[in-house]
Amino acid sequence: MDFPEVVKTEMKRNVEPFWWSLFGAGGAIAALILPVLLFLNGLAIPLGWIEAPSYDHLFTLVKLPLARLFLFVVISFSLFHWAHRFRFTLYDGLQLKHLDKLIALLCYGSAIIITIAAAYTTLSI
Amino acid sequence: MMRDHEYSRFQPKSYNTRMPIFWWIRKWAHIKFIARELTSVPIALYAIVLLIHIRAVATGPEAYADFLAVLRTPISIALHAVAFLCVIFHSITWFNLAPKALVIRLGRRRLPGALIAASNYVAWIIFSATIAWIFLKW
Repeated sequence: MDFPEVVKTEMKRNVEPFWWSLFGAGGAIAALILPVLLFLNGLAIPLGWIEAPSYDHLFTLVKLPLARLFLFVVISFSLFHWAHRFRFTLYDGLQLKHLDKLIALLCYGSAIIITIAAAYTTLSI
Repeated sequence: MMRDHEYSRFQPKSYNTRMPIFWWIRKWAHIKFIARELTSVPIALYAIVLLIHIRAVATGPEAYADFLAVLRTPISIALHAVAFLCVIFHSITWFNLAPKALVIRLGRRRLPGALIAASNYVAWIIFSATIAWIFLKW
């Protein structure tokens, strides 16, 4: 639908706080949760500093609804944190403000698609 | 003159000076700012790795063993090491900025920023220890 320019700007303004709040929540969740997960799974266990948990243990964990909800929230909010921050890094850092619609679409769009994948995975275990 | 911009509600066209792409490279504070913003990239990539990890566990013991073997490759370890530094940088900058974004008042007094930052670090330790315990031992 074609709205006048003033209305469009106003609509844009109303949706920005929504993306920002996802960015903020995602930033806090990523800051609190990701370092320990990344350190254990990506470094400590592969390097043999710590023994990997057994498959059965992880499978039991991943079967718990609360654990699945937790993993879904961590993944999804981290992605929306990235989408918002990366969008403005491209705007300001690379001075790509004239591509704002395309960049916003690609950033939020990929966060939404991977969130759907995460929802599917965590629901279908 | 660039005339194809649409975001000019409060910017007269004549005010559009073109910034060079690498405007931020000359000053340490600006490099740090861009580095901080770019920590979001490893964060998103690790979210995807986590999703693949969960899928491997959901698929079965063989898929899980294969995934662990991939994690043991030198490339994976190197990438995770870089990502780990980025994530830590994100956590520290995020916790230190929180007092500036968050104003908590107790009665008339404003809660000191150092206290808010400190409580973030305490929460970080508690979350990390709990997750490690559930993941490894429970």
